[in-house]
Amino acid sequence: MKRTGAQLIWEVLTREGVDTVFGYPGGAILPAYDALVGYENIHHVLTRHEQGASHAADGYARASGKVGVAIATSGPGATNLVTGIATANMDSSPIVCITGQVGSAVIGKDAFQECDITGITQPVTKHNYLVTRAEDIVRVLREAFYVARSGRPGPVLVDITKDAQNQEVEFIWNEAPIALPGYRPDLSALPEEFDRAMQLLSESKRPIILAGQGIIMSGAEEELRKLVEAAHVPVALTLLGLGGLPDGHACNIGMMGMHGEAWVNTAIQEADLLIALGMRFDDRVTGDLATYAQNAKKIHVDIDPAEIDKNVKVDVGIVGDLKTVIATFNERLKPQKREAWAKYIDESRGEAEQHDILQAADEGTLYAAHVIDELRKLTRDDSIIVTDVGQHQMWEAQYYAHNQPRTLITSGGLGTMGFALPAAIGAKMACPEKEVWVIAGDGGFQMTACELQTCAQEGLDLNIAVINNGYLGMVRQWQEMFYDKRYSETPISSPDFVKLAEAHGLTGARVETVQEVAPAVQASQGNARTILTEFRVVPEDAVYPMVPSGKALDKMIRRPRKEPAIRQDT
Amino acid sequence: MLNPNEPIQRRALQRQLHTFVVYAEDKPGVLSRITSLFRRRAYNIGSMTAGHTDVPGVSRLTVVLESDDAEARLIEANLYKLVNVLKVEDLTHVPAMKRDLALIKVKANAEARPQVMQMIEVFRARIIDVAPESLVLEITGTGDKIDGLLEILSPFGIIEMVRTGGVAMTRGSKATTVHPHFVHALVPQDENS
Repeated sequence: MKRTGAQLIWEVLTREGVDTVFGYPGGAILPAYDALVGYENIHHVLTRHEQGASHAADGYARASGKVGVAIATSGPGATNLVTGIATANMDSSPIVCITGQVGSAVIGKDAFQECDITGITQPVTKHNYLVTRAEDIVRVLREAFYVARSGRPGPVLVDITKDAQNQEVEFIWNEAPIALPGYRPDLSALPEEFDRAMQLLSESKRPIILAGQGIIMSGAEEELRKLVEAAHVPVALTLLGLGGLPDGHACNIGMMGMHGEAWVNTAIQEADLLIALGMRFDDRVTGDLATYAQNAKKIHVDIDPAEIDKNVKVDVGIVGDLKTVIATFNERLKPQKREAWAKYIDESRGEAEQHDILQAADEGTLYAAHVIDELRKLTRDDSIIVTDVGQHQMWEAQYYAHNQPRTLITSGGLGTMGFALPAAIGAKMACPEKEVWVIAGDGGFQMTACELQTCAQEGLDLNIAVINNGYLGMVRQWQEMFYDKRYSETPISSPDFVKLAEAHGLTGARVETVQEVAPAVQASQGNARTILTEFRVVPEDAVYPMVPSGKALDKMIRRPRKEPAIRQDT
Repeated sequence: MLNPNEPIQRRALQRQLHTFVVYAEDKPGVLSRITSLFRRRAYNIGSMTAGHTDVPGVSRLTVVLESDDAEARLIEANLYKLVNVLKVEDLTHVPAMKRDLALIKVKANAEARPQVMQMIEVFRARIIDVAPESLVLEITGTGDKIDGLLEILSPFGIIEMVRTGGVAMTRGSKATTVHPHFVHALVPQDENS
């Protein structure tokens, strides 16, 4: 049967199991939007900016594990997607972005809304395509979905010229395996590397597992739990790894890195073996590389061979899918007890917990930590928290307890402010039955606040917590600590968030005291539509502990006890 | 090929010229993907040549760049991440022939000509164009050999010079790249490798 190129796009999406796409129409993608009318199985969410569409596709992918889809027109529509694509690329999120392109006859002629989007996105996509003929659309889109979700997932962009969308061709659906001779998502580990890994583990007295997002992407949570319970290995998680092992699990010692708890980072520095599972030794996780885990042998498991030895030179490198790799570990494992090591970590934890702000006497001052703590108490284990980037993001990671995978959606690698609201829209579309919370700062929220209207048009039930301290808080914290408190351009004003919500036809609320927090959270949960609650918190709070950038992982600035003075540990 | 059992720390962090042979699908933009990768990862390309192979749809590139062995392995792994890249081989530690081609236009009037011709003979270069005041010569060889000839000829006055950059091939009867290999991983065998 004959189909236009535009129809072929939706035919492939339908067969790839896509039921929701996020996008924004425009000139060069008009044929695709016209054809969409005939495909009622696909729900299109109209975001208010294309960046929102790519973030929403990303949020959809992270919440569901399926490929998220964003659509935009050529030129500015396509370039507006880029921040969302780069975000997905850094965090290995599978999305497919489809952009319209000017007619193939005028490519290179600087036509209206022409832009070389495949050139622009080359460094921030896993792969991309320019399609100029309708007969290539089916093959290319199938490849795009396959590449996006297989191996180490990532974003794929498909740029389709307007004439290719308009051409009529015979629609042939081919179920044959995709032929990409150079693409190798199916690497597996060398047997001898397993031998050496098991040897190192059996010899180790102070091992630590560093678990990253790979656990969640591979669906290896159960395998990880079995491994740590048999081998008695404490587990530290990366920011994106939170939820990979339940927070309440006895072996889970918490988040590592720049804002990880002191006992976690100290334990890493004192370990004799690091087992890195699906994490990439980001600089926010290692601190100064020259002093990082000096006494530890290192095993690194990753699906991407280019990650092995990239930042940290390792003794054993295992390439493969984590679920399979850890299952092999578990088959070969001899159960071991490591009581002294567990006791040591427990003791250092007990000492540090007393510094916790929630333990401090309640003076009525509202801290962001109070808000996160109430959310932890009042939300369910399967509630999804989508954060923006900055102080609130780190407080969320510290004070919330993620007990299930895919319950924290946050921009880790790229650190994209403005991510939360659109990504939460995507998450809610993927999991309509789940409670979804946005936690954003007053700065980041204003970057993509236009997406409130998307919530209104879609009738979405999001719970939005804006943590308002009147500053770009994390930058202010760095200025306080490292730039002599010169608050250059970090004080930021905000609109009246209650009125803003109301202007969008949503409900707004404001909270200024500790006592109001829990009722406000419950009120938001009880409402079937989106509520924006502004939490006015203390202006100059800082995230502790903090490993200053480029410093050794155990040289952190500790949480002050009562007085807000900063104490440098040496 | 590097020995994965040898700790990387011991493979001295010596920087040297590494020669990679890269097979890639002959599709628009593939060259740009490869150069973009080198730029993004801050690898400094010494030279890069590209051309067709005996297999339709497959290009062969030779890339020469300075790196240590550990970085060279990452370069290889990153090249493999490009969907259009089929095979990569680092020829640095295997017996291989490396050749560069140069065309050199050198000043050579009647007086200087005999001397120039003598040099050309020693270096086994060929004269491919003669004009009253100049000669154009062609030389193939290692980069060092061409550098040597250029040094000898420079006193006469080099008018213009062009070099292709290196191309390379392993010695012996085996093809240069037979099958993709990764230091830490097994690759499923495919039929047409």
